[in-house]
Amino acid sequence: MLELIGISTYSLFGQLLVGLINGAFYAILSLGLAVIFGLLNIINFTHGAQYMMGAFAAWMMLNYLGMGYWPALVAGPVIVALTGIAIERSMISKLYRVDHLYGLLLTFGIGLIITGIFRNYYGSAGLPYPVPDVFQGGIDLGFMYLPVYRLWVICASALICLATWLVIEKTKLGAYLRAATENPSLVEAFGINVPRLMTLTYGFGAWLAAMAGVLAAPMYSVNPNMGIDLLIVVFAVVVIGGMGSIAGAIVTGFALGLIEGLTKVFYPEASSTVIFVVMAIVLLVRPAGLFGKVA
Amino acid sequence: MTTIDDYTEEARQLDKEPAMSVEGLEAWYGESHVLHGLSFDIREGEVVSLLGRNGAGKTTTLKSLLGLVEKRKGSVVYRGQQLIGMPLRKIAPLGIGYVPEERGIFSGLTVKENLLLPPEVRPGGMSLDQIYELFPNLRQRLSSQGSKLSGGEQQMLAIARILRTGARFILMDEPSEGLAPVIIEQIGETVKRLKNEGFTIILVEQNLQFASDFADRHYIIEQGTVAEEISNSELVNDMEKVRSYLSV
Amino acid sequence: MTEVSQTTTALPHADTDTDPLHYWIMAGIAALVIAAPFLVYPFFAMQIMLFAVFALAFNLLLGFGGLLSFGHAAFLGWSSYVAAHSAKVFGFTPELAIFAGTATAMVLGAVFGWLAIRRQGIYFAMITLALAQMAYFVALQAEFTGGEDGIQGVPRGELFGLIDLDSDMTMYWLVALVFLGSMAFIYRVIHSPFGQVLQAIRENETRATSLGYETARYKLIVFVLSATLSGLAGSTKAIAFQIASLTDVHWAMSGEVVLMTLVGGMGTVFGPIVGASVMVVMQNTLAHLGAWIVIVQGTIFVVVVLVFREGIVGMLSKWLKRSL
Repeated sequence: MLELIGISTYSLFGQLLVGLINGAFYAILSLGLAVIFGLLNIINFTHGAQYMMGAFAAWMMLNYLGMGYWPALVAGPVIVALTGIAIERSMISKLYRVDHLYGLLLTFGIGLIITGIFRNYYGSAGLPYPVPDVFQGGIDLGFMYLPVYRLWVICASALICLATWLVIEKTKLGAYLRAATENPSLVEAFGINVPRLMTLTYGFGAWLAAMAGVLAAPMYSVNPNMGIDLLIVVFAVVVIGGMGSIAGAIVTGFALGLIEGLTKVFYPEASSTVIFVVMAIVLLVRPAGLFGKVA
Repeated sequence: MTTIDDYTEEARQLDKEPAMSVEGLEAWYGESHVLHGLSFDIREGEVVSLLGRNGAGKTTTLKSLLGLVEKRKGSVVYRGQQLIGMPLRKIAPLGIGYVPEERGIFSGLTVKENLLLPPEVRPGGMSLDQIYELFPNLRQRLSSQGSKLSGGEQQMLAIARILRTGARFILMDEPSEGLAPVIIEQIGETVKRLKNEGFTIILVEQNLQFASDFADRHYIIEQGTVAEEISNSELVNDMEKVRSYLSV
Repeated sequence: MTEVSQTTTALPHADTDTDPLHYWIMAGIAALVIAAPFLVYPFFAMQIMLFAVFALAFNLLLGFGGLLSFGHAAFLGWSSYVAAHSAKVFGFTPELAIFAGTATAMVLGAVFGWLAIRRQGIYFAMITLALAQMAYFVALQAEFTGGEDGIQGVPRGELFGLIDLDSDMTMYWLVALVFLGSMAFIYRVIHSPFGQVLQAIRENETRATSLGYETARYKLIVFVLSATLSGLAGSTKAIAFQIASLTDVHWAMSGEVVLMTLVGGMGTVFGPIVGASVMVVMQNTLAHLGAWIVIVQGTIFVVVVLVFREGIVGMLSKWLKRSL
């Protein structure tokens, strides 16, 4: 039937796969933003740059240290998380007592600095990063072609989202985080080191972004601008999903990725704007976001 | 980190001095100067209540003792340590527990998570079994979300989680507020039992009858200072007079 | 000892008291505007003035309305496209082209504002950014905007069909008029009853609502005003510099106007003018540095937000103890 509209199943499912992968990244990044926002009350504009740094960490480890994908997957996000912790300790924490719009502006500025530095040294053209050997090639499923690496990315992303959800909803540390999000001063009055919790949370958010960056490196070329346009879409995702629930952010991310993929098949010109249109609709119908608590 | 021996030695020495001594406490919320030089004492094992009209500064006093206000000045000495200037997270480990106004139960946490949240600060806190024995209805509601509890259950949870930590100096803000008389009685029984076990309690209350059931002394707070100090027998004898004075 | 633990400072207090000093300052600015073309390139002065209008419009929303929009480039850019296209392709005279562009910005402002107002604070900023990004993609893909090349060779035309704007000096006077007029208009708005209500909403919205004010409507009105004036800047810019390009509709431009307002002083009357001047001067002197400009801008953001939140005019105002 699809042939009638001139679309093969290969191209349909191919786009859906791309959509699913984009959705996975939307989910991971909006998760990071939501976790940071919940506790620190700032929108982390540096998130895009941290995603980019993750990809660059992988590239640098390969090209300067000869270390491959697996070490990059482990060490890259950790390095970026450490820079995040440094940023929070030295700058972001100074703004907690001030209107949280300043936090937004600060992280915007930091994002500009980081992006500018990388652009200065590496230009704007993309740098290639190879797909690891074990994931080379693909499987022909009959109705679509499934590159192994992309299957890996989907599985890894799902795993990361699930693990994050488990930690936050089911562990003691997660309980500290959830409680501090609701009432930070009471939690501190119980003797819990809330400032340190905030630092770690920011570091974790940066870790998530960078992890997505490492996963992205073999698929998209590694370039300094890769995080910014992605981040703005993620903002729209966050507005659509609301930041009230972890599960909500994950579901919304994946769903919007799929919607974007579908749009690319049937109405390609709209694919770069469809998520913003969905955002506008959600704002009209359910301003708090699909999973949000009251604004 | 203090050991059991240090603790008992401390307690022996401090029997002579008040457990907490507040002098000239002032506090601000933004531009608003709420406490204007409050002074009072409380000895080990005493239960003292802060009475007063709405807006007199009772809750603010408790918050100022901990450091939950924007700006404070003066002196709060607890067992020889000056609390003003100390970061908030270092207060609880001194053995001070806080049961806030409106209970402060976290809606995103289950009852069990709420109960286990405050870390142990002193040896000798109640075990979970002891807590379930004291508050049987909590055991049945362990996996419910915190927000699903009734007011009375939330109040018990708020007290229970502090008892688990081993804190022996408790700040309680209006525990009877908004609760049915039957529940108030239950809470009262709990507080009486704590007193018998030697806890030191500062209680903020509007319910004079409730306060008089176990407090040894009362401070009447008015416009951010201590207006008067009365013993419990004085309150019991003149309760109507005090009540009408406070409701003017 | 005094212990301060948890102060939360709101955005800087916007002083809406009039002060005779203000009229002297405005006269001084007018004098500067008249003298400028004899001291610097008219082109350069026009750049400053038009960005100053943009920043003044933006500050109306942020400094006085208390709303941070991260998508104002949409208004600047789209108004410039419409003005450029109507002048070049439809043959509109410059005042009609500017009117068309400004009207476009007003409509866009009404739509964006109406959607964004539904959320507060940080969400508001994200929504404006997302909507503006959508406007960017449409501009990128639309035929008439010329994509990466933009619309070039926009004719200056004859104002009212009578005054030839081809000469830079004549164009300059029109820009000067737009600038001084906008400055005066915005000053009036800030110090009007409308401005007072806005101030009240900004400081304590719940209180304003309980007093009976429909806060959403006020916020929408100031948003549309801000968008419209940004559109005025954009349209005039298209005619003055004879080009409309993607730069004006890109998110980086939204960031720049925020920076101008921040550096100059949020919530001050004259801050945006100073901020715009500083940024334009900086752009022109550092143009050869390429990617370093972005790093410098980012650094200024960071430094200003951490230690210099009142901005230049804000600090001056504090020092002089007069509202500026």
